[in-house]
Amino acid sequence: MVFEYPVQGGDFTNAGTVSSKVKKMMRQLGVDAGVIKRTIVALYEAEVNIVAHAYKGVITVQLDSDKIYIKLDDEGPGIPDINQAMQRGYSTASPEVREMGFGAGMGLPNIKANSDVLEVHSVVGKGTTVEITNNF
Amino acid sequence: MKIKEIISLVEGTLVVGGDVENEEVTNAFASDLMSDVLTIKDTDSLMLITGLANTQTIRTCEMSDIQIVLFVRGKNITDEMKELAEENGMVLIQTNYTLFRTSGILYAHGLSPLY
Repeated sequence: MVFEYPVQGGDFTNAGTVSSKVKKMMRQLGVDAGVIKRTIVALYEAEVNIVAHAYKGVITVQLDSDKIYIKLDDEGPGIPDINQAMQRGYSTASPEVREMGFGAGMGLPNIKANSDVLEVHSVVGKGTTVEITNNF
Repeated sequence: MKIKEIISLVEGTLVVGGDVENEEVTNAFASDLMSDVLTIKDTDSLMLITGLANTQTIRTCEMSDIQIVLFVRGKNITDEMKELAEENGMVLIQTNYTLFRTSGILYAHGLSPLY
């Protein structure tokens, strides 16, 4: 099963709606609660990153019997130094993002901690692609 | 600690949640930083104490499987937050006490910290 969801940059009212839908879907399919939690925390962090940093994006979710693969593709400023962005505490978030309780430079490290496989690719001035795979 | 005891100790109000006052809370975590909340692995019977009142507080708890939130300093809980919490079967409590005072009282009465 493959699903696609659009995400709008700056739309904090709806940030998390995709993660919520995917969580409900995984529950319906009877996926282990621990795997659901890790996957959804990683997805939510990445979804908030699109809302916080990009102009817009698309989240593609591929659910198989033994794993979930999530691709978050955004159009935005991109990440100049991914290694730096992966370090805890490094953040370029706006004051608005910080007011929402994020932007402490913990998102990408937490996505990594909650993913079996994480791939991050970025082109400055074009956008960022985050790929998360978790096995059941 | 039972939810009704928590409400009584902090002179709080049950804002969302039906017949849950006898439910038990095992431990609590106090934070306004949702990024920190998202790093918690074991959230069974955990209560979040926070002064950050917006939809992302509720969303963060939804994603983290946190079912009970105690908002301090009389922060406004919007209708949108209430709806989202109801959809997810969550319990929302409000108190006028500060984060420090709330945490101190509950800790002194035996509610365990997470770490």
